Amino acid sequence: MSEPAPPVDPSTPPAPPAQAAVAMVSPPPAPSIMRISARTAVILLLFTLAFTALMAGTYKLTQPLVEASAQAEKLRLIGEVLPPLMYDNTLLDDAVTLPPLKALGLDDATTLYRARKDGRPVALVFEVAAPDGYSGRIGLIAAVSADGRLLALRVTQHKETPGLGDYIDPKKDRNKQQPWIHQFDGVGFDSVLGGKWKVKKDGGRFDQRAGATISARAVTNASGRALLWAHERSVNLFELPAGQTFEEKAK
Amino acid sequence: MNPYREIAHNGLWKQNAILAQLLGLCPLLAVSTNLVNAVSLGLATIVVMGMSNLAISALRGFIPYEIRIPVFVLIIAALVTVVDLAFNAFLHDLYLVLGIFIPLIVTNCIVLARVEAFAAKNSMPVATFDGIMMGVGFVWVIGLLGAIRELIGQGTLFSGIEMIIPTAAAIQILPADYPGFLIAILPPGAFFVLGLLIAGRNWLDHRANQRILGQRTQQSPAAVAG
Repeated sequence: MSEPAPPVDPSTPPAPPAQAAVAMVSPPPAPSIMRISARTAVILLLFTLAFTALMAGTYKLTQPLVEASAQAEKLRLIGEVLPPLMYDNTLLDDAVTLPPLKALGLDDATTLYRARKDGRPVALVFEVAAPDGYSGRIGLIAAVSADGRLLALRVTQHKETPGLGDYIDPKKDRNKQQPWIHQFDGVGFDSVLGGKWKVKKDGGRFDQRAGATISARAVTNASGRALLWAHERSVNLFELPAGQTFEEKAK
Repeated sequence: MNPYREIAHNGLWKQNAILAQLLGLCPLLAVSTNLVNAVSLGLATIVVMGMSNLAISALRGFIPYEIRIPVFVLIIAALVTVVDLAFNAFLHDLYLVLGIFIPLIVTNCIVLARVEAFAAKNSMPVATFDGIMMGVGFVWVIGLLGAIRELIGQGTLFSGIEMIIPTAAAIQILPADYPGFLIAILPPGAFFVLGLLIAGRNWLDHRANQRILGQRTQQSPAAVAG
């Protein structure tokens, strides 16, 4: 095989008029199909390389900034459920890995953060998911205190109907004085055990809004399950050395 | 007609991406549930369309005709990725709002369509201008669609603006006890409103044609009146 023509040859593709005239006088022999294929393949390869390099370069350049803002975002999110004044440890370092847990509705491994003050356990912050929202999965973040109360709950990700089911997110809640999700603040695990951790329509203690019970029910049930789960394992979770993976003990 | 004026007229009205070519319906219908989301996606689309038209116009001499489509797709996808990363790093607050929409731009066929139909055959300034104008044509239609759907569905405008401008708040247009009209927000509502917009455009065009016709036949006004 002869070597393929250099693909990025500036003189060939946009044939200038002068060259075209020459070509008319003495047409070059038609290049073989193999040559054309090889040339095209090399051009495509070069384009792929060039644009992959462009993407890789941009990624490399932006990565430190992206990671920094992801960390800041994480702390801001944690700050919504757990005020920074309540703990004095470095939260992002005092973390353990949770395997994908059915009880929390999670399909992937997640991180659980442990807040302490003067070395004493204060609260656990972790992700929860409600798989049964009106339009799929609702992602939540919850803070559970060491004495078994749900300190606060926030929606991190959802696809509920705008203007109808999205009041579960306090930013979208039209009742700005008393956002719906604040009714969970400080409620203890005994409500779960007493069967009261449900929306009122199901005989529980939490309000739902007319027309969008499914969203409220999904969030309520998921948070109740999560609160009980965390409370029952609270001691183990606080004792586990940082960086390790929590393992559910067989009962 | 001045080529730039003609490009602007094509992008904004005559060959409007949505109303005339019906391209890019996937992001259009998915994102136009409210005004802020719609305009945000539209602005990101303008950026990508301008950049991809410029890049492909600049490289058009090097792209063999047979493999132009894979190369176009490669270039558009790479540019969208670069825009996505750059937004994430340098405009993080805006990224939190627009972030989920930027990858959607790749699915917008209007980008590929303009690259293939226009940028691959025209010089860089003209091609870039065409990309931007097609993008502006997309923005005004998707913005109008978003505004109508939000107003009918929720009775507000600009809901979600606080994610872009923290001090701003949504404007309640209809009375606060307006129960909302769910279908406007669900996908079928998008089709209804879009259909009405297209019908409105056709009606305006039809009226304009009639007027031109009327001017031509002014010698016999009775014929027009009849």
